[in-house]
Amino acid sequence: MEYIHSNKNLQRGLGLLIGIIFGFLLHRGGVTNYNIILNQLLLEDFTVVRIMLSAVIVTMLGISFLLPRKIIKIQPKPGSIKNSIIGGLLFGVGFALLGYCPGTIAGAVGSGAMDGLFGGVLGIMIGSNFFASGYSQLADRKAILNDRFSEFSLFHRMKYHPLLYTCPIAAVLIFILYLLH
Amino acid sequence: MNGYEPLWSPYVAGGVIGLLNLFALYISDNPLAASTSYLKISGLIRKMVQGDKVLENPYYKKKTPEIDWGVMLIIGIVFGSFFSAVLSGTFAFQFIPSLWESQFSSQWLPRFIIAVIGGIFIGVGSRWAGGCTSGHGISGVSQLSLTSMIAAASFFIGGIITAFLVYGL
Repeated sequence: MEYIHSNKNLQRGLGLLIGIIFGFLLHRGGVTNYNIILNQLLLEDFTVVRIMLSAVIVTMLGISFLLPRKIIKIQPKPGSIKNSIIGGLLFGVGFALLGYCPGTIAGAVGSGAMDGLFGGVLGIMIGSNFFASGYSQLADRKAILNDRFSEFSLFHRMKYHPLLYTCPIAAVLIFILYLLH
Repeated sequence: MNGYEPLWSPYVAGGVIGLLNLFALYISDNPLAASTSYLKISGLIRKMVQGDKVLENPYYKKKTPEIDWGVMLIIGIVFGSFFSAVLSGTFAFQFIPSLWESQFSSQWLPRFIIAVIGGIFIGVGSRWAGGCTSGHGISGVSQLSLTSMIAAASFFIGGIITAFLVYGL
């Protein structure tokens, strides 16, 4: 596995393959469509949340099997609660204005949405670059320091088998899906 | 209301995405994620313009502009969605989404301006939060990361408030 993980060319090929499947699934699920995403944010249609929660349930349960057997490692992201809130709210504003997110916009472009290409992708790249330019000032002013929750996962704190924790969580999420029906 | 019925059940599409994420963790040691790729692509464009000077920027030094697994993932998404659209006969060039058109205007310029502004907020927000709806919302939450759950909640709180303001409901 170590060889597969460290082979950059192989990984580029795998990224492309996984992306193709991901894009296919996003389109089949309908979330590469502006109307579907905005109607989710307007709480008229719950396709987006249904897809996200279904994916979360499956992956979370899968990790519960595979992690103790050391078949996979998990990669919780670095960050902080403060950064999640500030960045998250800013992202949310953009999400509603643009009507796509970084993953779905690639799918939208693939299915012909030109407002995603000339408008959105351009804007996302401008915004990303803008953040990169301001990053050192933010870092100097300690505005974006990570906190103790950086790279933290509840999986790291489990005393017993993960399924003991994730099965109840999955049950709650499934109940939420049922309520949204 | 949507003018569009998704081809698959969201539970099936979402469930298979969940399996795909496990495969990605297994074979690539990377969960599904998208926002970093746009940073790298914009870094590559900057590299074409100012050469290696871009690496003097501490953020680009951390996130080296290169065509890596994540960038290929985004390229893959474009093709995968294209295949699905063509296979189902739903590929169509669209300049203005119908929901936008029915609420605002059929002129492309206002839509493009708002799309760029929205994109800028997404670019800044995803970098500040360190991820997007894929990286935090799907991958981070399923890995039981607290900061990801808070980010995902913030995405939706910000998004819902803004959507209601924009559509004036």
